[in-house]
Amino acid sequence: MTASPRGPSRPALLLFAVGVAILLVPICNRLVPEDSAFHLEDRFVPLFGKYLAYAVLAVSLDLVWGRAGILSLGHGAFFALGGYAMGMYLMRQIGPRGVYAHPILPDFMVFLNWQELPWYWYGFDRFWFAMFMVVVVPGTLAFLFGWLAFRSRVSGVYLSIITQALTFALMLAFFRNEMGFGGNNGLTDFKDILGFPIASPDTRLALYLATGALLLLALAVAIQLRRAPLGRLLVAIRDGEARARFLGHDTLRAKLFVWTLSAVLAGLAGALYVPQVGIINPSEFSPAASIEIAIWVAVGGRDTVLGPVLGALLVNGMKTWLTGTLPELWLFVLGGLFVLVTLAFPGGLAGIAGTFAHRIGRTPRPGTAGLAPSPAEVARG
Amino acid sequence: MAEHAPAAGRLLDPHILLYLDGVTVSFDGFKALDSLSLVLEEGELRTVIGPNGAGKTTMMDVITGKTRPDAGVVLFKGGVDLLRLDETGIARLGIGRKFQRPAVFDRLTVQENLELATQGGWSVRRLIAGRLDAQSAERIEHTLETIGLAELRHEEAGRLAHGQRQWLEIGMLLVQQPRLVLLDEPVAGMSDAETAKTAELILRLKGRHTILVVEHDMHFVRTLGAKVTVLHEGKVLAEGPVEAIQSDPAVVEVYLGRS
Repeated sequence: MTASPRGPSRPALLLFAVGVAILLVPICNRLVPEDSAFHLEDRFVPLFGKYLAYAVLAVSLDLVWGRAGILSLGHGAFFALGGYAMGMYLMRQIGPRGVYAHPILPDFMVFLNWQELPWYWYGFDRFWFAMFMVVVVPGTLAFLFGWLAFRSRVSGVYLSIITQALTFALMLAFFRNEMGFGGNNGLTDFKDILGFPIASPDTRLALYLATGALLLLALAVAIQLRRAPLGRLLVAIRDGEARARFLGHDTLRAKLFVWTLSAVLAGLAGALYVPQVGIINPSEFSPAASIEIAIWVAVGGRDTVLGPVLGALLVNGMKTWLTGTLPELWLFVLGGLFVLVTLAFPGGLAGIAGTFAHRIGRTPRPGTAGLAPSPAEVARG
Repeated sequence: MAEHAPAAGRLLDPHILLYLDGVTVSFDGFKALDSLSLVLEEGELRTVIGPNGAGKTTMMDVITGKTRPDAGVVLFKGGVDLLRLDETGIARLGIGRKFQRPAVFDRLTVQENLELATQGGWSVRRLIAGRLDAQSAERIEHTLETIGLAELRHEEAGRLAHGQRQWLEIGMLLVQQPRLVLLDEPVAGMSDAETAKTAELILRLKGRHTILVVEHDMHFVRTLGAKVTVLHEGKVLAEGPVEAIQSDPAVVEVYLGRS
């Protein structure tokens, strides 16, 4: 394979830049003196940690949507399943410190008069087991779902609809108290993680840094995938799956691989999200939550390395600000933003940056130049 | 029902690559192919012409397994019965077809398109970590020269001119080392200059590959100067060197007379 004419150090530089940006939060929180304007209060650290978890989720959706053209409107399901697996571990860590002080059963089970722990809660008192399930549960669900859908050659808008149905069905199931996941209250009142108090500034900073590390890992995976022959095959599948098949490629396997990988990344993001926001409940499975992820990616720029990260940060930053100041306006702004980006800036933020770089005479970033899908294409997914 | 002739295999001359005999295809009573017979030798360049509806595309469809004939024999080198194979099986035998509509990937570069064509059948693991073997890399280099796109290797296919896209697609067939190349109207929609370059390209491939070209641009067929088969109403009307065909009164009557 010929080396990219742009040189091999570019991805390393990009990851380095993102790493430095991630470190701004701990620097402003710990090193900048408290009376400085740049000092970041402790209470904002988990907020930025949440944004980074969303950024990982956006990168994971872009792997399947931007690269392979599979528009999932149910990625929130994989995120929430990873989150629930982590939440189950955190619940088991509470132990006898719950309101009802039961040595084993979480409060909501005592409240429901349950006498013993359901079998599927076994093992979650161990961190390694919970982490294993964070990967295995979303991964297995994605694999089975993908295998059934891709084997039957379900694609385009039909696939998007069944991903919505998947997350909606899970939401209804998790709302039921009998499921044993805390019903509509979900899992909350966490005390500690790996023995460290979950609300202490040090633990929160550590969780933030772990999420930052996961984001760097997700970006490294995305970069490597784009450079590998598989990345080209995924583009080929996106733009003409039948033709790729005609060249002798097993498109089912390629799609299934990237789909499962993406779900695992989403699950890991969910697992780091939960200890930082302190709760996981069925609203994470809501179809609207999954659609929002697609909006982050569209706003940031599909099939670009940094676009999904920028989109997730910008949209969620706006959301935090607007739902605080003008809550009734937020949904209009979100909808308007999506329409504006789709019609006027189909390449998203990264596309605008690429065009700008081009105008001032520099080479556009790879992947952004010429990436201007028509609105119809966006709608089609 | 198709008349499978297992005995025909041993009658097949080793120089013969493709053998069609008595192939009949009817669509709702209309005979698209009517007892068509065609023999193609290894290394041969053959052009097939005929007016619209003569059965040229149906013949391609039968060879590639897209259409099943109602009757007849279709054998490949070594007596392989193509009627027993599906499209994938036939493609794996080494029969490559270029469709009329270009099937290159616009968002990939010329080189990436060619690489993708050689990577068919790669496992996901190999697609992630694998590299092209030296042989394939060399074949791609060679093909880039042959199709005249070596300078444009890093250009996105979507930015190529119509003719260049067609050449790229021919290149994507060539890197797969097909034993038989089927070209369906390769110069449709091309400018005169592009048509001339395409003729040059096909003539360069002559001898190295067995090529069957379906075309109705008579000037192009004359430039190729190969053996010509004239189809008319699903049957072979005439066959021979291009000069003889042009002066054949029957051909002039049904086809050339009008151009």
